[in-house]
Amino acid sequence: MDKRYLDYLDQLEAEAIHIMREVAGQFQKPALLFSGGKDSITLVRLAEKAFRPGKFPFPLVHIDTGHNFPEAIQYRDELAERLGEKLIVRHVEDTIKKQNLSEAKGRYASRNGLQTYTLLETIEEFGFDCCIGGARRDEEKARAKERIFSVRDEFGQWDPKRQRPELWNTYNGRIAMGENVRAFPISNWTELDVWNYIKRENIALPNIYYTHERECLVRDGKLMAWSDFIYRDPEEEIVTRKVRFRTVGDMTCTAAVESVAYDVDAVIAEIIESKISERGATRIDDKLSETAMEDRKKGGYF
Amino acid sequence: MDILRFITAGSVDDGKSTLIGRLLYDTKQIYIDQLEAIESSGRVNEDGQVDLSLLTDGLKAEREQGITIDVAYKYFSTPKRKFIIADAPGHVQYTRNMVTGASNSNLSIILVDARKGVQEQTRRHSIISSLLGIPHLVICINKMDLVGFDETVYNQIVEDYKQFAKKLNAKDITFIPISALKGDNVVDRSVLMPWYNGPSLLEHLEQVPVSSDFNLENARFPVQYVIRPHTHEHHDYRGYAGKVISGTYRKGDKVTVLPSGLTSTIKSVELGGKELEEAFAPMSVVLQLEDDVDISRGDVIVKEEENLEVTKEFEALVCWMNNKPLKPGAKLLLRHNSTETRAIVRQIQYKVDVNGLDNILDADQVQLNDICRVQLKTATPLLLDKYEDNRANGGFILVDETSFTTVGAGMVASITHESELNYMI
Repeated sequence: MDKRYLDYLDQLEAEAIHIMREVAGQFQKPALLFSGGKDSITLVRLAEKAFRPGKFPFPLVHIDTGHNFPEAIQYRDELAERLGEKLIVRHVEDTIKKQNLSEAKGRYASRNGLQTYTLLETIEEFGFDCCIGGARRDEEKARAKERIFSVRDEFGQWDPKRQRPELWNTYNGRIAMGENVRAFPISNWTELDVWNYIKRENIALPNIYYTHERECLVRDGKLMAWSDFIYRDPEEEIVTRKVRFRTVGDMTCTAAVESVAYDVDAVIAEIIESKISERGATRIDDKLSETAMEDRKKGGYF
Repeated sequence: MDILRFITAGSVDDGKSTLIGRLLYDTKQIYIDQLEAIESSGRVNEDGQVDLSLLTDGLKAEREQGITIDVAYKYFSTPKRKFIIADAPGHVQYTRNMVTGASNSNLSIILVDARKGVQEQTRRHSIISSLLGIPHLVICINKMDLVGFDETVYNQIVEDYKQFAKKLNAKDITFIPISALKGDNVVDRSVLMPWYNGPSLLEHLEQVPVSSDFNLENARFPVQYVIRPHTHEHHDYRGYAGKVISGTYRKGDKVTVLPSGLTSTIKSVELGGKELEEAFAPMSVVLQLEDDVDISRGDVIVKEEENLEVTKEFEALVCWMNNKPLKPGAKLLLRHNSTETRAIVRQIQYKVDVNGLDNILDADQVQLNDICRVQLKTATPLLLDKYEDNRANGGFILVDETSFTTVGAGMVASITHESELNYMI
C-alpha cells in the first residue's frame, strides 16, 4: 500500500475544512451557528484547523431558547472566551415579546419551533448570507437528501424540489438578494464519526454528555431532565437515574438515555452497541409526525 | 480504515432499495426506531417483510408516489471501511440526479434483473458511470432466486454485458450473482450458488483498492482563502489555504502560481498551525511561500517542473440540468474549483446517446438530462486537466447568470493552450 494513505477521519476532516473555506471565500457575511452541542463543538475545532493562526472569518451565533442546559451555556461562554472569537447570542424570549408570538402549551410544549423565528430575525439583523450548521445526513431521512450548500429563500425555507445539483467538491454559493445559504460541513459524518473525532482530537465536552445522576420525568418511556420548563401531568413519575445525553438541545425536547459511560471510550462502545438511533432515542420533536423534520426544514429550521 | 463512496442507481422494480436495505440491515446500521417507523407505516412486500425501500425514500412526495426523486446519502461501516452510498433514481428523467451522485463516487453498483438480462437502463447507468470517470463498476445480477440460481443464466448475462462494455472506458468491472431479497452473496456468500467462487458484494466493497483512485502525480492546489492574522506574533504571516486536489507538496518544492506565472518556493506546509512534512491529495492544508507574491482566491499553485499553461478555450462533455434548453451562444457562469468566471458556449458539437453511446450530430439545442459535447470559451484563463487524466481538476459546473442555479455539469475533454493559439495566428 502507498504510504500516502489518509485515514477516514482525516478524509472527513479535510472535506469539512474545504467546505468551511469555501464559505469564507464565497460569502460576504457568514456565521457559524453554535448550540453548545457536540456537533457544533466539532465545527469549532474544524474552524480552528481551517483558519488558524488567523481569526475565524465569522462570529459564533447562538439562538438561546432560554430552556438550555446550564452546562451547555457555561461551556459556550468559556469556549468563546478561550478562543478569543466573537459570540453573538440572541434570545427566543425577546422574539416572543417583540413579535407577540404564542408559546405552545401542555405536555409537548417546546420553544424548539420558535427558534426559527429568532434565527431568521438574527439573520436579518446582521445580514448573514451564509450560516454554517452542524447537521448530519445520517440523523434523519429528510436530511439525507439535503445539499452541503442548501439555498434558502427570504423566509428561510428549504424547498426540496428546488435543490441545486451539487457535483464533485464544487459548491455553488451564488444567491439572489434576500436569499441565504445554510452550509453543512459535517454532512457526511455519522454520530460515531463525531465521537471518534472528539476522541482523537481530545475535545472537552459539556459534562452532561457523560454519565451523571439526574432527576428525570418519565414520559412515553423516555427520560426527560426534570426542570421548571417542563409541564408535568400529575400521574407522571419523577425518578433519579444514571443518565447521559446523546444530543444536547432544548431541555423540553431532548431526552436522556440511561448510561454509565463515564468517558469518551465508554460512549463510543455504547454507540456501537446501541440499537436505537440518536434522534430516535432523544428527540421528542421528531416523533410528532412521520415528516416532522422535513416540515420544519421547509419552515426555515435547520 | 478508509472511505469508499459508491453509487447505486436504479428504480424500485430492480431491487435497488432492497439491496441497500439489505446492506444496512445485515451490517446492523438500521435502528429499531427506524424499523418501527416503517412497520407502523404498514408497507410490506409480497413476502410479508417490511418494505426496506422506505428507508431510502426520505421526502414526502417520494413516499406518496413510491419513487426516488433525489439523491439520498446513506452511511454504514464495517471494521475495514466507512461506506458512503449515493442512492440515486434510475429513470432517464433523473439522469441529472444520477450524474450528481456519480460525480463523487469511486464505485458504481449496477443492478441487472436475472430474468431480463442487459436492458436499456443497464446500458445507460454503465455509460453515465463511465463518462463520470468512476473507476470501479460492479454488475450485480440480481433476483437469482427467481431463475433457480442457474449458472447458465448468469454466464449468458455476463457475456452479453462484456460485449456491450467494449465501448466503455471502464478500467475495472466485477460481476456478482446475488439475491438482494434473500441475502445471497450480499453480505455472506451464498450456499445456493456453489459454482460462483468470487467474493460477496460486501467483501468486494471492503477489498476494492481506492487509495489509487487519488491522482498523486499532478500537483494542483487551488487557493480558497488567504490567512493573514495581522497579530503581533504573526505580523508578516501569509498562509494560502486550500485543498491538495491532486499530487503532493513538500517544503522546498519549486512552485508556479497560475494564471500569473510567478514562481516561488514552499516555505512550509501546515495544518491547524502545525507543520507537516508533506501534504497529498485530498488533504486540506495551508502553504506558505518564501516570496511575497500576489496570490488570491482562484489562483492555483502548481509545481514549476510541470511547466503548465492556462487556457480560455476548451471542449467538454456537459450534462445539462436545466428545464430551459441550452443553445449555442449561451452565456453562463463557470465555476471550476475556487475560480468563477464567465463562459460562452461557442458550439454544440454533438449529443451523446446515453442508451447506446452513439453520437447524435446536428444537435441545435440540448434539453434537460441530455449529455452533449460543447466548445467553451471563458473570460479568464483557467488551469484545466482533461477529466479522464485528473478527475479532481477536470470537472466544473455551469451556473445560470440570473437565477444562479446550477444548470450544467462539465467534464473537460480537450484543451487548446494559449501558446498554441498564438502559434496559429
